[in-house]
Amino acid sequence: MISKKTGAFLGWFVLLLCTGTVCFFLGIILADLITKGWPALSWEFISSGPTEGMTTGGILPAIVGTVLTTVITAIFAVPFGVCCAIYLNEYAKDTSFSRLIRASIRNLSGVPSIIYGLFGLALFVQGLSLGTSVLSAGLTLGLLSLPYIITTTEEALRRVPASMREAALGLGATQFESIRDVVLPAALPGILTGVVLTLSRAAGETAPILFTGAAFYITGTSGALNQEFMALPYHLYMLSTQHQAIEQVRPLAYATALVLLIVIVLLNLTAFYIRYKHRNND
Amino acid sequence: MTEEKIKLSTQNLNLWFGNKHVLKNINAAFAENKVTALIGPSGCGKSTLLRSFNRMHDLTPDARIEGKLFLESLDLYDKNISVTQVRKRIGMVFQKANPFPKSIYDNINYGLKINDIPQGDRKGIVENALKESYLWEEVKDELNKPATRLSGGQQQRLCIARTVALRPEIILMDEPCSALDPISTLKIEDLIHSLKDKYTIVIVTHNMQQAQRVSDKTIFMYLGDIIEEADTAELFNNPQKELTQNYISGHFG
Ligand SMILES: Nc1ncnc2c1ncn2[C@@H]1O[C@H](COP(=O)(O)OP(=O)(O)O)[C@@H](O)[C@H]1O
Ligand SMILES: [Mg+2]
Repeated sequence: MISKKTGAFLGWFVLLLCTGTVCFFLGIILADLITKGWPALSWEFISSGPTEGMTTGGILPAIVGTVLTTVITAIFAVPFGVCCAIYLNEYAKDTSFSRLIRASIRNLSGVPSIIYGLFGLALFVQGLSLGTSVLSAGLTLGLLSLPYIITTTEEALRRVPASMREAALGLGATQFESIRDVVLPAALPGILTGVVLTLSRAAGETAPILFTGAAFYITGTSGALNQEFMALPYHLYMLSTQHQAIEQVRPLAYATALVLLIVIVLLNLTAFYIRYKHRNND
Repeated sequence: MTEEKIKLSTQNLNLWFGNKHVLKNINAAFAENKVTALIGPSGCGKSTLLRSFNRMHDLTPDARIEGKLFLESLDLYDKNISVTQVRKRIGMVFQKANPFPKSIYDNINYGLKINDIPQGDRKGIVENALKESYLWEEVKDELNKPATRLSGGQQQRLCIARTVALRPEIILMDEPCSALDPISTLKIEDLIHSLKDKYTIVIVTHNMQQAQRVSDKTIFMYLGDIIEEADTAELFNNPQKELTQNYISGHFG
Protein backbone atom coordinates (compact mmCIF):
# COMPACT_ATOMS: atom_id res chain seq x y z
CA MET A 1 0.00 0.00 0.00
CA ILE A 2 1.22 3.45 -0.83
CA SER A 3 -0.11 6.45 0.97
CA LYS A 4 -2.57 8.88 -0.62
CA LYS A 5 0.12 11.50 -0.71
CA THR A 6 2.66 9.30 -2.45
CA GLY A 7 -0.01 8.22 -4.93
CA ALA A 8 -0.83 11.81 -5.75
CA PHE A 9 2.85 12.58 -6.19
CA LEU A 10 3.40 9.55 -8.42
CA GLY A 11 0.43 10.47 -10.59
CA TRP A 12 1.66 14.02 -11.00
CA PHE A 13 5.16 12.80 -11.71
CA VAL A 14 4.12 10.32 -14.43
CA LEU A 15 2.05 13.01 -16.20
CA LEU A 16 4.94 15.44 -15.98
CA LEU A 17 7.34 12.82 -17.28
CA CYS A 18 5.19 12.11 -20.35
CA THR A 19 4.77 15.80 -21.11
CA GLY A 20 8.49 16.35 -20.64
CA THR A 21 9.37 13.48 -22.98
CA VAL A 22 7.10 14.80 -25.70
CA CYS A 23 8.49 18.29 -25.36
CA PHE A 24 12.03 16.91 -25.36
CA PHE A 25 11.63 15.16 -28.71
CA LEU A 26 9.75 18.07 -30.24
CA GLY A 27 12.56 20.30 -29.08
CA ILE A 28 15.22 18.05 -30.61
CA ILE A 29 13.42 17.98 -33.95
CA LEU A 30 13.02 21.74 -33.95
CA ALA A 31 16.60 22.40 -32.89
CA ASP A 32 17.93 20.01 -35.53
CA LEU A 33 15.82 21.66 -38.25
CA ILE A 34 16.79 25.15 -37.28
CA THR A 35 20.53 24.58 -36.82
CA LYS A 36 20.85 22.71 -40.10
CA GLY A 37 18.32 24.66 -42.14
CA TRP A 38 18.96 28.20 -40.99
CA PRO A 39 22.40 28.66 -42.65
CA ALA A 40 20.97 27.81 -46.09
CA LEU A 41 17.99 30.07 -45.63
CA SER A 42 18.26 33.40 -47.38
CA TRP A 43 16.15 35.86 -49.33
CA GLU A 44 17.52 34.34 -52.48
CA PHE A 45 16.48 30.86 -51.33
CA ILE A 46 12.82 31.81 -51.12
CA SER A 47 12.76 34.19 -54.09
CA SER A 48 14.39 32.21 -56.88
CA GLY A 49 14.09 28.87 -58.60
CA PRO A 50 16.48 25.93 -58.31
CA THR A 51 19.60 25.96 -60.47
CA GLU A 52 22.40 23.55 -61.39
CA GLY A 53 20.28 20.42 -61.02
CA MET A 54 18.91 21.71 -57.70
CA THR A 55 22.27 21.83 -56.03
CA THR A 56 22.01 25.59 -55.75
CA GLY A 57 19.31 28.23 -56.05
CA GLY A 58 16.01 28.45 -54.24
CA ILE A 59 12.56 26.97 -53.87
CA LEU A 60 10.24 29.73 -55.10
CA PRO A 61 8.35 27.42 -57.52
CA ALA A 62 7.72 24.98 -54.67
CA ILE A 63 6.38 27.74 -52.42
CA VAL A 64 4.13 29.06 -55.19
CA GLY A 65 2.96 25.52 -56.01
CA THR A 66 2.10 24.71 -52.41
CA VAL A 67 0.25 27.99 -51.92
CA LEU A 68 -1.69 27.54 -55.16
CA THR A 69 -2.76 23.97 -54.43
CA THR A 70 -3.79 24.98 -50.92
CA VAL A 71 -5.92 27.78 -52.32
CA ILE A 72 -7.62 25.33 -54.73
CA THR A 73 -8.13 22.94 -51.83
CA ALA A 74 -9.76 25.70 -49.79
CA ILE A 75 -12.01 26.91 -52.60
CA PHE A 76 -13.24 23.38 -53.16
CA ALA A 77 -13.34 21.85 -49.69
CA VAL A 78 -14.45 24.74 -47.46
CA PRO A 79 -17.84 25.56 -49.04
CA PHE A 80 -18.72 21.93 -49.62
CA GLY A 81 -17.55 20.79 -46.21
CA VAL A 82 -19.22 23.61 -44.28
CA CYS A 83 -22.53 23.24 -46.16
CA CYS A 84 -22.49 19.49 -45.69
CA ALA A 85 -21.87 19.90 -41.95
CA ILE A 86 -24.69 22.43 -41.67
CA TYR A 87 -27.05 20.06 -43.40
CA LEU A 88 -26.03 17.11 -41.26
CA ASN A 89 -26.15 18.98 -37.99
CA GLU A 90 -29.13 21.28 -38.50
CA TYR A 91 -31.46 19.61 -40.95
CA ALA A 92 -30.81 15.87 -41.22
CA LYS A 93 -33.09 13.80 -39.00
CA ASP A 94 -31.38 11.47 -36.59
CA THR A 95 -32.01 8.18 -38.41
CA SER A 96 -29.85 5.11 -38.79
CA PHE A 97 -29.10 6.30 -42.31
CA SER A 98 -27.81 9.70 -41.20
CA ARG A 99 -25.80 8.02 -38.47
CA LEU A 100 -24.26 5.74 -41.08
CA ILE A 101 -23.32 8.76 -43.20
CA ARG A 102 -21.76 10.44 -40.21
CA ALA A 103 -19.78 7.36 -39.26
CA SER A 104 -18.58 7.00 -42.85
CA ILE A 105 -17.36 10.58 -42.93
CA ARG A 106 -15.51 10.03 -39.71
CA ASN A 107 -13.94 6.87 -41.07
CA LEU A 108 -12.87 8.69 -44.22
CA SER A 109 -10.56 10.83 -42.11
CA GLY A 110 -8.74 7.64 -41.20
CA VAL A 111 -8.11 6.56 -44.79
CA PRO A 112 -4.37 6.72 -45.65
CA SER A 113 -3.58 9.72 -47.80
CA ILE A 114 -1.92 7.62 -50.52
CA ILE A 115 -5.35 6.17 -51.25
CA TYR A 116 -6.67 9.67 -51.87
CA GLY A 117 -3.73 10.10 -54.21
CA LEU A 118 -4.71 7.04 -56.24
CA PHE A 119 -8.35 8.05 -56.19
CA GLY A 120 -7.44 11.55 -57.40
CA LEU A 121 -5.39 10.02 -60.18
CA ALA A 122 -8.33 7.91 -61.31
CA LEU A 123 -10.99 10.59 -60.91
CA PHE A 124 -9.43 13.96 -61.70
CA VAL A 125 -6.31 13.20 -63.73
CA GLN A 126 -7.81 10.47 -65.90
CA GLY A 127 -11.58 10.41 -65.39
CA LEU A 128 -12.15 14.13 -65.76
CA SER A 129 -9.07 14.53 -67.97
CA LEU A 130 -7.65 17.34 -65.87
CA GLY A 131 -4.19 15.86 -66.33
CA THR A 132 -1.45 16.01 -63.75
CA SER A 133 -1.91 19.60 -62.66
CA VAL A 134 -2.34 22.07 -59.83
CA LEU A 135 -6.08 21.66 -60.25
CA SER A 136 -6.06 17.87 -59.94
CA ALA A 137 -3.75 17.98 -56.93
CA GLY A 138 -5.76 20.74 -55.23
CA LEU A 139 -9.00 18.84 -55.75
CA THR A 140 -7.44 15.64 -54.42
CA LEU A 141 -6.24 17.46 -51.32
CA GLY A 142 -9.75 18.90 -51.11
CA LEU A 143 -11.22 15.41 -50.93
CA LEU A 144 -8.74 14.54 -48.22
CA SER A 145 -9.70 17.68 -46.28
CA LEU A 146 -13.48 17.31 -46.57
CA PRO A 147 -14.00 14.84 -43.73
CA TYR A 148 -11.93 16.96 -41.34
CA ILE A 149 -13.75 20.14 -42.29
CA ILE A 150 -17.13 18.46 -41.94
CA THR A 151 -16.27 16.97 -38.58
CA THR A 152 -14.78 20.13 -37.06
CA THR A 153 -17.62 22.27 -38.43
CA GLU A 154 -20.22 19.91 -37.01
CA GLU A 155 -18.39 20.08 -33.69
CA ALA A 156 -18.49 23.88 -33.77
CA LEU A 157 -22.20 23.93 -34.68
CA ARG A 158 -23.01 21.51 -31.92
CA ARG A 159 -21.41 23.83 -29.38
CA VAL A 160 -23.88 26.63 -30.22
CA PRO A 161 -26.48 26.33 -27.47
CA ALA A 162 -30.05 25.40 -28.41
CA SER A 163 -31.19 28.56 -26.61
CA MET A 164 -29.58 30.68 -29.35
CA ARG A 165 -31.56 28.88 -32.04
CA GLU A 166 -34.73 29.18 -29.99
CA ALA A 167 -34.17 32.91 -29.49
CA ALA A 168 -34.16 33.48 -33.24
CA LEU A 169 -37.02 31.09 -33.98
CA GLY A 170 -39.07 32.64 -31.20
CA LEU A 171 -38.88 35.99 -32.98
CA GLY A 172 -40.29 34.53 -36.15
CA ALA A 173 -37.06 33.65 -37.91
CA THR A 174 -37.18 30.70 -40.29
CA GLN A 175 -34.81 27.86 -39.57
CA PHE A 176 -32.62 29.06 -42.40
CA GLU A 177 -32.52 32.60 -40.99
CA SER A 178 -31.64 31.34 -37.54
CA ILE A 179 -28.75 29.33 -38.98
CA ARG A 180 -27.51 32.14 -41.22
CA ASP A 181 -27.81 34.96 -38.70
CA VAL A 182 -27.23 33.34 -35.34
CA VAL A 183 -25.82 29.83 -35.46
CA LEU A 184 -23.15 30.36 -38.10
CA PRO A 185 -21.75 33.60 -36.66
CA ALA A 186 -21.55 31.96 -33.25
CA ALA A 187 -19.82 28.89 -34.67
CA LEU A 188 -17.54 30.84 -37.01
CA PRO A 189 -14.40 30.93 -34.84
CA GLY A 190 -14.58 27.16 -34.33
CA ILE A 191 -15.22 26.58 -38.02
CA LEU A 192 -12.35 28.81 -39.11
CA THR A 193 -9.98 27.18 -36.66
CA GLY A 194 -10.89 23.76 -38.04
CA VAL A 195 -10.52 25.01 -41.60
CA VAL A 196 -7.08 26.51 -41.04
CA LEU A 197 -5.76 23.47 -39.20
CA THR A 198 -7.08 21.19 -41.94
CA LEU A 199 -5.54 23.31 -44.68
CA SER A 200 -2.19 23.42 -42.92
CA ARG A 201 -2.31 19.65 -42.78
CA ALA A 202 -3.18 19.46 -46.47
CA ALA A 203 -0.32 21.81 -47.33
CA GLY A 204 2.14 19.36 -45.80
CA GLU A 205 0.82 16.24 -47.56
CA THR A 206 2.96 14.46 -50.15
CA ALA A 207 1.16 11.26 -51.07
CA PRO A 208 -2.01 12.80 -52.56
CA ILE A 209 -0.07 15.07 -54.91
CA LEU A 210 2.46 12.43 -55.91
CA PHE A 211 0.42 11.09 -58.84
CA THR A 212 -1.80 14.07 -59.41
CA GLY A 213 0.51 16.89 -60.40
CA ALA A 214 3.63 17.40 -58.30
CA ALA A 215 6.77 17.53 -60.40
CA PHE A 216 10.38 17.08 -59.42
CA TYR A 217 11.54 20.07 -61.35
CA ILE A 218 9.91 22.78 -63.41
CA THR A 219 11.25 26.08 -64.53
CA GLY A 220 9.41 29.29 -63.89
CA THR A 221 6.39 29.95 -61.74
CA SER A 222 3.65 30.49 -64.24
CA GLY A 223 0.88 29.75 -61.76
CA ALA A 224 -1.15 28.03 -64.48
CA LEU A 225 -3.68 25.66 -62.97
CA ASN A 226 -3.45 23.08 -65.74
CA GLN A 227 0.32 22.63 -65.38
CA GLU A 228 2.41 20.40 -63.18
CA PHE A 229 3.94 22.18 -60.23
CA MET A 230 6.57 21.89 -57.54
CA ALA A 231 5.43 21.59 -53.94
CA LEU A 232 7.33 21.99 -50.68
CA PRO A 233 6.65 18.56 -49.15
CA TYR A 234 7.38 16.75 -52.40
CA HIS A 235 10.49 18.81 -53.03
CA LEU A 236 11.68 17.90 -49.56
CA TYR A 237 11.03 14.23 -50.19
CA MET A 238 12.99 14.39 -53.44
CA LEU A 239 15.93 16.28 -51.99
CA SER A 240 16.24 13.95 -49.06
CA THR A 241 15.80 10.59 -50.79
CA GLN A 242 15.91 10.77 -54.57
CA HIS A 243 18.56 13.29 -55.49
CA GLN A 244 21.79 12.06 -57.10
CA ALA A 245 23.91 14.32 -54.87
CA ILE A 246 22.14 13.78 -51.60
CA GLU A 247 24.95 14.90 -49.32
CA GLN A 248 25.43 18.08 -51.28
CA VAL A 249 21.77 19.13 -51.18
CA ARG A 250 21.21 18.19 -47.54
CA PRO A 251 21.37 21.80 -46.28
CA LEU A 252 18.81 22.76 -48.95
CA ALA A 253 16.55 19.95 -47.77
CA TYR A 254 16.74 21.21 -44.21
CA ALA A 255 16.04 24.75 -45.32
CA THR A 256 13.04 23.53 -47.34
CA ALA A 257 11.72 21.70 -44.29
CA LEU A 258 12.14 24.87 -42.28
CA VAL A 259 10.22 26.92 -44.86
CA LEU A 260 7.41 24.33 -44.88
CA LEU A 261 7.29 24.46 -41.11
CA ILE A 262 7.16 28.26 -41.17
CA VAL A 263 4.29 28.23 -43.68
CA ILE A 264 2.34 25.86 -41.45
CA VAL A 265 3.14 27.80 -38.28
CA LEU A 266 1.89 30.95 -40.03
CA LEU A 267 -1.37 29.20 -40.93
CA ASN A 268 -1.75 28.01 -37.35
CA LEU A 269 -1.04 31.49 -36.02
CA THR A 270 -3.94 32.68 -38.17
CA ALA A 271 -6.21 30.20 -36.43
CA PHE A 272 -4.87 31.33 -33.08
CA TYR A 273 -5.45 34.97 -33.99
CA ILE A 274 -9.04 34.30 -35.06
CA ARG A 275 -9.85 32.67 -31.73
CA TYR A 276 -8.06 35.39 -29.78
CA LYS A 277 -9.88 38.14 -31.62
CA HIS A 278 -13.21 36.45 -31.12
CA ARG A 279 -12.63 36.02 -27.40
CA ASN A 280 -11.97 39.74 -27.09
CA ASN A 281 -15.12 40.60 -28.98
CA ASP A 282 -17.44 38.79 -26.58
CA MET B 1 -65.64 38.70 -15.23
CA THR B 2 -68.14 37.22 -17.61
CA GLU B 3 -67.36 39.45 -20.55
CA GLU B 4 -63.63 38.70 -20.73
CA LYS B 5 -62.40 37.63 -24.09
CA ILE B 6 -60.51 34.38 -24.55
CA LYS B 7 -57.29 35.02 -26.43
CA LEU B 8 -55.58 31.67 -26.32
CA SER B 9 -57.03 28.24 -25.76
CA THR B 10 -56.49 24.52 -26.09
CA GLN B 11 -58.99 21.79 -26.87
CA ASN B 12 -58.28 18.22 -25.77
CA LEU B 13 -54.56 18.82 -26.15
CA ASN B 14 -52.39 15.73 -25.80
CA LEU B 15 -48.66 15.69 -26.28
CA TRP B 16 -46.18 12.83 -26.30
CA PHE B 17 -42.41 12.78 -26.40
CA GLY B 18 -41.79 9.37 -27.94
CA ASN B 19 -44.18 7.23 -25.93
CA LYS B 20 -44.06 9.44 -22.87
CA HIS B 21 -47.45 11.09 -22.40
CA VAL B 22 -46.56 14.58 -21.17
CA LEU B 23 -49.76 16.62 -21.65
CA LYS B 24 -52.99 14.78 -20.94
CA ASN B 25 -56.13 16.13 -22.45
CA ILE B 26 -55.54 19.76 -21.58
CA ASN B 27 -58.44 22.19 -21.94
CA ALA B 28 -57.22 25.61 -20.97
CA ALA B 29 -58.22 29.16 -21.78
CA PHE B 30 -56.27 32.35 -21.36
CA ALA B 31 -58.08 35.67 -21.10
CA GLU B 32 -57.07 38.76 -23.03
CA ASN B 33 -54.96 41.35 -21.23
CA LYS B 34 -54.61 39.16 -18.20
CA VAL B 35 -51.59 37.52 -16.68
CA THR B 36 -52.08 33.81 -16.22
CA ALA B 37 -49.62 31.87 -14.09
CA LEU B 38 -48.84 28.21 -14.72
CA ILE B 39 -47.69 26.53 -11.55
CA GLY B 40 -46.93 22.94 -10.64
CA PRO B 41 -44.07 20.70 -9.62
CA SER B 42 -41.03 20.37 -11.84
CA GLY B 43 -41.60 18.06 -14.80
CA CYS B 44 -45.40 18.37 -14.79
CA GLY B 45 -45.44 19.82 -18.32
CA LYS B 46 -45.64 23.60 -17.81
CA SER B 47 -42.89 24.43 -20.27
CA THR B 48 -44.17 21.84 -22.70
CA LEU B 49 -47.64 23.42 -22.65
CA LEU B 50 -46.19 26.91 -23.05
CA ARG B 51 -43.99 25.89 -25.96
CA SER B 52 -46.83 24.20 -27.78
CA PHE B 53 -48.47 27.60 -28.31
CA ASN B 54 -45.62 29.06 -30.34
CA ARG B 55 -44.93 25.68 -31.92
CA MET B 56 -41.49 25.26 -30.46
CA HIS B 57 -41.99 21.50 -30.61
CA ASP B 58 -42.05 21.60 -34.41
CA LEU B 59 -38.33 20.87 -34.47
CA THR B 60 -38.43 18.07 -31.91
CA PRO B 61 -38.83 14.99 -34.11
CA ASP B 62 -40.26 12.71 -31.42
CA ALA B 63 -42.89 15.20 -30.20
CA ARG B 64 -46.44 14.27 -31.24
CA ILE B 65 -49.41 16.55 -30.72
CA GLU B 66 -53.11 15.75 -30.81
CA GLY B 67 -55.99 18.13 -30.20
CA LYS B 68 -56.30 21.78 -31.06
CA LEU B 69 -54.73 25.07 -30.05
CA PHE B 70 -56.31 28.39 -30.91
CA LEU B 71 -55.26 32.01 -31.03
CA GLU B 72 -58.75 33.50 -30.86
CA SER B 73 -60.33 31.46 -33.65
CA LEU B 74 -57.13 30.76 -35.56
CA ASP B 75 -56.07 27.12 -35.48
CA LEU B 76 -52.37 27.42 -34.62
CA TYR B 77 -51.50 24.07 -36.17
CA ASP B 78 -53.47 24.57 -39.37
CA LYS B 79 -51.43 23.36 -42.34
CA ASN B 80 -52.00 26.63 -44.19
CA ILE B 81 -50.66 29.09 -41.65
CA SER B 82 -47.03 29.97 -41.38
CA VAL B 83 -45.21 29.08 -38.20
CA THR B 84 -43.14 32.26 -38.40
CA GLN B 85 -46.35 34.33 -38.35
CA VAL B 86 -47.51 32.38 -35.32
CA ARG B 87 -44.26 33.12 -33.53
CA LYS B 88 -44.44 36.78 -34.42
CA ARG B 89 -47.90 37.00 -32.85
CA ILE B 90 -46.99 34.81 -29.88
CA GLY B 91 -43.66 35.95 -28.46
CA MET B 92 -41.60 34.02 -25.96
CA VAL B 93 -39.21 34.87 -23.15
CA PHE B 94 -37.07 31.95 -22.07
CA GLN B 95 -35.98 30.66 -18.70
CA LYS B 96 -32.38 31.64 -19.18
CA ALA B 97 -31.83 35.02 -20.79
CA ASN B 98 -30.57 34.30 -24.29
CA PRO B 99 -29.51 37.55 -25.94
CA PHE B 100 -27.73 37.17 -29.27
CA PRO B 101 -23.98 37.79 -29.19
CA LYS B 102 -24.65 41.14 -30.88
CA SER B 103 -25.01 44.70 -29.65
CA ILE B 104 -27.95 45.78 -27.52
CA TYR B 105 -29.39 47.65 -30.48
CA ASP B 106 -28.98 44.74 -32.89
CA ASN B 107 -30.61 42.33 -30.47
CA ILE B 108 -33.87 44.21 -30.90
CA ASN B 109 -33.26 45.25 -34.48
CA TYR B 110 -32.81 41.64 -35.58
CA GLY B 111 -36.43 40.69 -35.06
CA LEU B 112 -37.53 43.83 -36.92
CA LYS B 113 -35.24 42.99 -39.80
CA ILE B 114 -36.43 39.44 -40.33
CA ASN B 115 -40.04 40.54 -40.03
CA ASP B 116 -39.51 43.12 -42.78
CA ILE B 117 -40.25 46.17 -40.70
CA PRO B 118 -39.26 49.22 -42.78
CA GLN B 119 -35.73 50.42 -42.08
CA GLY B 120 -36.90 53.95 -41.27
CA ASP B 121 -39.18 52.79 -38.46
CA ARG B 122 -36.71 50.56 -36.71
CA LYS B 123 -34.79 53.08 -34.64
CA GLY B 124 -37.94 54.43 -33.05
CA ILE B 125 -39.26 50.95 -32.38
CA VAL B 126 -36.02 49.90 -30.68
CA GLU B 127 -36.11 52.94 -28.43
CA ASN B 128 -39.73 52.39 -27.63
CA ALA B 129 -39.25 48.71 -26.83
CA LEU B 130 -36.37 49.55 -24.49
CA LYS B 131 -38.52 52.14 -22.74
CA GLU B 132 -41.41 49.72 -22.44
CA SER B 133 -39.04 47.21 -20.87
CA TYR B 134 -37.63 49.68 -18.33
CA LEU B 135 -34.19 49.34 -19.83
CA TRP B 136 -33.82 52.58 -21.77
CA GLU B 137 -32.41 54.71 -18.97
CA GLU B 138 -29.75 52.11 -18.21
CA VAL B 139 -28.54 51.52 -21.76
CA LYS B 140 -29.44 54.56 -23.87
CA ASP B 141 -25.81 55.71 -24.04
CA GLU B 142 -24.34 52.34 -24.93
CA LEU B 143 -26.65 50.78 -27.48
CA ASN B 144 -23.64 49.44 -29.34
CA LYS B 145 -22.28 47.56 -26.36
CA PRO B 146 -22.43 43.74 -26.66
CA ALA B 147 -25.60 42.53 -24.97
CA THR B 148 -23.63 39.79 -23.25
CA ARG B 149 -21.96 42.43 -21.05
CA LEU B 150 -25.28 43.36 -19.42
CA SER B 151 -26.21 41.91 -16.04
CA GLY B 152 -28.49 38.88 -15.96
CA GLY B 153 -31.55 40.96 -15.10
CA GLN B 154 -30.79 43.50 -17.82
CA GLN B 155 -30.31 40.69 -20.31
CA GLN B 156 -33.70 39.26 -19.45
CA ARG B 157 -35.33 42.69 -19.83
CA LEU B 158 -33.56 43.02 -23.18
CA CYS B 159 -35.10 39.68 -24.20
CA ILE B 160 -38.49 41.05 -23.21
CA ALA B 161 -37.78 44.25 -25.18
CA ARG B 162 -36.82 42.16 -28.19
CA THR B 163 -40.14 40.37 -27.92
CA VAL B 164 -42.38 43.40 -27.38
CA ALA B 165 -40.68 45.23 -30.26
CA LEU B 166 -42.59 42.93 -32.60
CA ARG B 167 -45.91 43.91 -31.01
CA PRO B 168 -47.03 40.34 -30.35
CA GLU B 169 -50.49 39.66 -28.99
CA ILE B 170 -49.30 37.11 -26.48
CA ILE B 171 -46.09 36.91 -24.46
CA LEU B 172 -45.15 33.50 -23.12
CA MET B 173 -42.67 33.58 -20.24
CA ASP B 174 -40.99 30.42 -19.01
CA GLU B 175 -39.70 31.03 -15.48
CA PRO B 176 -38.20 34.34 -16.60
CA CYS B 177 -36.81 35.15 -13.16
CA SER B 178 -35.51 31.76 -12.07
CA ALA B 179 -31.89 32.77 -12.67
CA LEU B 180 -32.20 36.29 -11.27
CA ASP B 181 -31.54 37.98 -7.94
CA PRO B 182 -34.50 39.37 -5.94
CA ILE B 183 -34.05 42.96 -7.09
CA SER B 184 -33.93 42.06 -10.79
CA THR B 185 -36.90 39.79 -10.18
CA LEU B 186 -38.95 42.67 -8.75
CA LYS B 187 -38.06 44.84 -11.73
CA ILE B 188 -39.32 42.17 -14.12
CA GLU B 189 -42.50 41.75 -12.09
CA ASP B 190 -43.11 45.51 -12.31
CA LEU B 191 -42.55 45.24 -16.00
CA ILE B 192 -45.08 42.43 -16.30
CA HIS B 193 -47.66 44.60 -14.54
CA SER B 194 -47.15 47.42 -17.00
CA LEU B 195 -47.21 45.09 -20.02
CA LYS B 196 -50.54 43.51 -19.37
CA ASP B 197 -52.49 46.52 -20.64
CA LYS B 198 -51.21 45.71 -24.09
CA TYR B 199 -50.47 42.02 -24.05
CA THR B 200 -51.89 38.76 -22.89
CA ILE B 201 -49.24 37.09 -20.74
CA VAL B 202 -48.77 33.48 -19.74
CA ILE B 203 -46.03 32.98 -17.18
CA VAL B 204 -44.61 29.76 -15.82
CA THR B 205 -43.26 30.17 -12.33
CA HIS B 206 -42.19 27.89 -9.51
CA ASN B 207 -42.39 30.76 -7.07
CA MET B 208 -45.76 30.91 -5.27
CA GLN B 209 -45.24 34.49 -4.10
CA GLN B 210 -44.44 35.56 -7.63
CA ALA B 211 -47.56 33.90 -8.99
CA GLN B 212 -49.62 35.81 -6.46
CA ARG B 213 -47.85 39.10 -7.11
CA VAL B 214 -48.08 39.11 -10.89
CA SER B 215 -50.99 37.01 -12.04
CA ASP B 216 -54.74 37.45 -12.35
CA LYS B 217 -55.42 33.79 -12.96
CA THR B 218 -53.55 30.68 -11.96
CA ILE B 219 -53.55 27.21 -13.41
CA PHE B 220 -52.16 24.40 -11.30
CA MET B 221 -50.78 21.42 -13.21
CA TYR B 222 -49.73 18.04 -11.96
CA LEU B 223 -48.24 15.18 -14.01
CA GLY B 224 -49.57 16.53 -17.28
CA ASP B 225 -53.07 17.29 -16.02
CA ILE B 226 -54.71 20.56 -15.10
CA ILE B 227 -55.83 20.01 -11.53
CA GLU B 228 -57.34 23.38 -10.79
CA GLU B 229 -57.69 26.80 -12.35
CA ALA B 230 -59.15 29.93 -10.86
CA ASP B 231 -58.58 33.60 -10.17
CA THR B 232 -55.25 33.79 -8.44
CA ALA B 233 -56.52 35.07 -5.10
CA GLU B 234 -59.22 32.43 -5.13
CA LEU B 235 -56.85 29.59 -5.92
CA PHE B 236 -54.35 30.53 -3.26
CA ASN B 237 -56.84 31.41 -0.53
CA ASN B 238 -59.40 28.80 -1.14
CA PRO B 239 -58.07 25.87 -3.15
CA GLN B 240 -60.74 23.33 -4.01
CA LYS B 241 -58.48 20.30 -4.37
CA GLU B 242 -56.30 18.73 -1.76
CA LEU B 243 -53.43 18.38 -4.25
CA THR B 244 -53.51 22.13 -4.89
CA GLN B 245 -53.64 22.82 -1.18
CA ASN B 246 -50.61 20.60 -0.59
CA TYR B 247 -48.63 22.13 -3.43
CA ILE B 248 -49.22 25.80 -2.60
CA SER B 249 -48.48 25.23 1.05
CA GLY B 250 -45.15 23.76 0.03
CA HIS B 251 -45.66 20.12 0.94
CA PHE B 252 -44.07 19.03 -2.33
CA GLY B 253 -42.70 20.59 -5.45
N1 LIG C 1 -37.56 17.32 -25.77
C1 LIG C 1 -38.01 16.42 -24.87
N2 LIG C 1 -37.88 15.10 -25.13
C2 LIG C 1 -38.33 14.18 -24.25
N3 LIG C 1 -38.90 14.46 -23.08
C3 LIG C 1 -39.05 15.76 -22.75
C4 LIG C 1 -38.61 16.81 -23.62
N4 LIG C 1 -38.89 17.99 -23.04
C5 LIG C 1 -39.47 17.70 -21.86
N5 LIG C 1 -39.58 16.37 -21.67
C6 LIG C 1 -40.21 15.70 -20.53
O1 LIG C 1 -41.53 16.15 -20.42
C7 LIG C 1 -41.89 16.33 -19.07
C8 LIG C 1 -42.39 17.74 -18.86
O2 LIG C 1 -41.31 18.63 -18.99
P1 LIG C 1 -41.47 20.19 -18.83
O3 LIG C 1 -42.63 20.65 -19.62
O4 LIG C 1 -40.17 20.80 -19.14
O5 LIG C 1 -41.79 20.33 -17.29
P2 LIG C 1 -41.85 21.64 -16.38
O6 LIG C 1 -41.59 22.82 -17.24
O7 LIG C 1 -43.20 21.63 -15.80
O8 LIG C 1 -40.82 21.46 -15.33
C9 LIG C 1 -40.68 15.99 -18.24
O9 LIG C 1 -40.83 14.69 -17.75
C10 LIG C 1 -39.55 16.07 -19.22
O10 LIG C 1 -38.55 15.15 -18.88
MG1 LIG D 1 -39.94 24.16 -17.27
